[in-house]
Amino acid sequence: MKGTRGVRTTIALKILMAVSGLLFLAFVALHMYGNLKAFAGHDAYNEYAHHLRTFAEPMLPFGGLLFVTRVVLVLSLVVHVGCAVALWRRAQAARTVPYVVKKHTGATYASRLMRWGGVTILLFIVWHLLNFTIGKVNVSGGPTSDPYDLVVDSFQVWWLTLIYLAAMLMLGAHLHHGIWSALQTLGLTPHARSRRLAKQAAFTIALVISVGFSLVPVFVLAGVIDK
Amino acid sequence: MKLTLNIWRQASTASAGEMKTYQVEASPDMSFLEMLDVLNEELNEKGEEPVAFDSDCREGICGMCGLMINGEPHGPERTTTCQLHMRSFADGDTITIEPWRSTAFPVLKDLCVDRGAFDRIIQSGGYISVNTGAAPDAHATPVPKDNADRAFDAATCIGCGACVAACPNGSATLFLGAKVTHLGELPQGQAERWSRVVDMVGQHDHEGFGGCTNIGECVAACPKEIPLDVISQLNSDLRTAIRKGH
Repeated sequence: MKGTRGVRTTIALKILMAVSGLLFLAFVALHMYGNLKAFAGHDAYNEYAHHLRTFAEPMLPFGGLLFVTRVVLVLSLVVHVGCAVALWRRAQAARTVPYVVKKHTGATYASRLMRWGGVTILLFIVWHLLNFTIGKVNVSGGPTSDPYDLVVDSFQVWWLTLIYLAAMLMLGAHLHHGIWSALQTLGLTPHARSRRLAKQAAFTIALVISVGFSLVPVFVLAGVIDK
Repeated sequence: MKLTLNIWRQASTASAGEMKTYQVEASPDMSFLEMLDVLNEELNEKGEEPVAFDSDCREGICGMCGLMINGEPHGPERTTTCQLHMRSFADGDTITIEPWRSTAFPVLKDLCVDRGAFDRIIQSGGYISVNTGAAPDAHATPVPKDNADRAFDAATCIGCGACVAACPNGSATLFLGAKVTHLGELPQGQAERWSRVVDMVGQHDHEGFGGCTNIGECVAACPKEIPLDVISQLNSDLRTAIRKGH
């Protein structure tokens, strides 16, 4: 259509989703690294948590890095969810009469889980922030002032660990398709070889991150990480 | 072979449609369209309205004969509906036949849809402008072999719409990618390259097609085996076009 602006197309929405998604990826990778500090014990874990707040002092104020990170993440969330909703509505409008029979040849299960999986992850994040950041809920009734103890108290509760493991399964699936999809959307996979590499990289990173996050809850429940 | 057919019947775009069941006796040597021809002859003899379906060349190169067969565009084989043969089915099978489902492809009658949206996308930029007059020699402009091959592979797209029919988002991005890659790989396509991609994507969105989520069902359905690479090329070209101020 003559007079179309490139930034007003569906592909521009996809590019925004890809970039915001890759910012999330960088965040979850660092977050997972920090969580693994739980294997180093009570003091190392809490010191890491405190250091996140004193990072780059005195150039940044106390908690400065976290503040900037949170602003970037909230903005990314608004962009990512906003574009997802716009594209979801478009997709629904693009086929109003469903097929009586429809096979999904060529689609991975993860790729078909993106939208509802994304909603699930969003609900999980709300609970997760209530659990550990904003509300600080200790489901076993203990104190919430000590980060390490709160982690151990939380994951000693089997159903909470189960919720987290389910969420990590969803995150893994979301990353499995999402990372490859982001690379494709950014136009970085213009031949068969780069496409294969992107898919392999996406699967590997998704596996490392979802398993890496799952280690702490599982090892707490198993009693290996203890107070 | 005896077959049970569940076929979408719809008198016109404005009227409501429904699935109807028919019995037909076919030979394994028949093409899928010949089997439908047999059904229509029987319907004609009985004085019933024959099933409307599109076909033209019946040799897999025109892209007219798209049908959703048992939930797969063009049926279980990776080819066009006209090149699908009844030997791909077994005696006693039930076959569900539906039109392409896309808001941008309104059903005209029964299994026929209006793919005019594709024509309008091509009109919006799927061409190169050339001066009239004596045709230049075919070898006047050198084209590197790799580019020529990629352009030709993309140019095999026949615009049948199977990618749209298969896509869970009802997106025509594989079609767009094929056209943009085909012309963008060639020296003759460079002059309009950046306006082309933006105008074609804009028309695509305007027609009501959905956005791409890189699921890949389009590629699995494409009778011409257009690869997902072309969508990456499309995305990359659109990004460059934005940078160039389009």
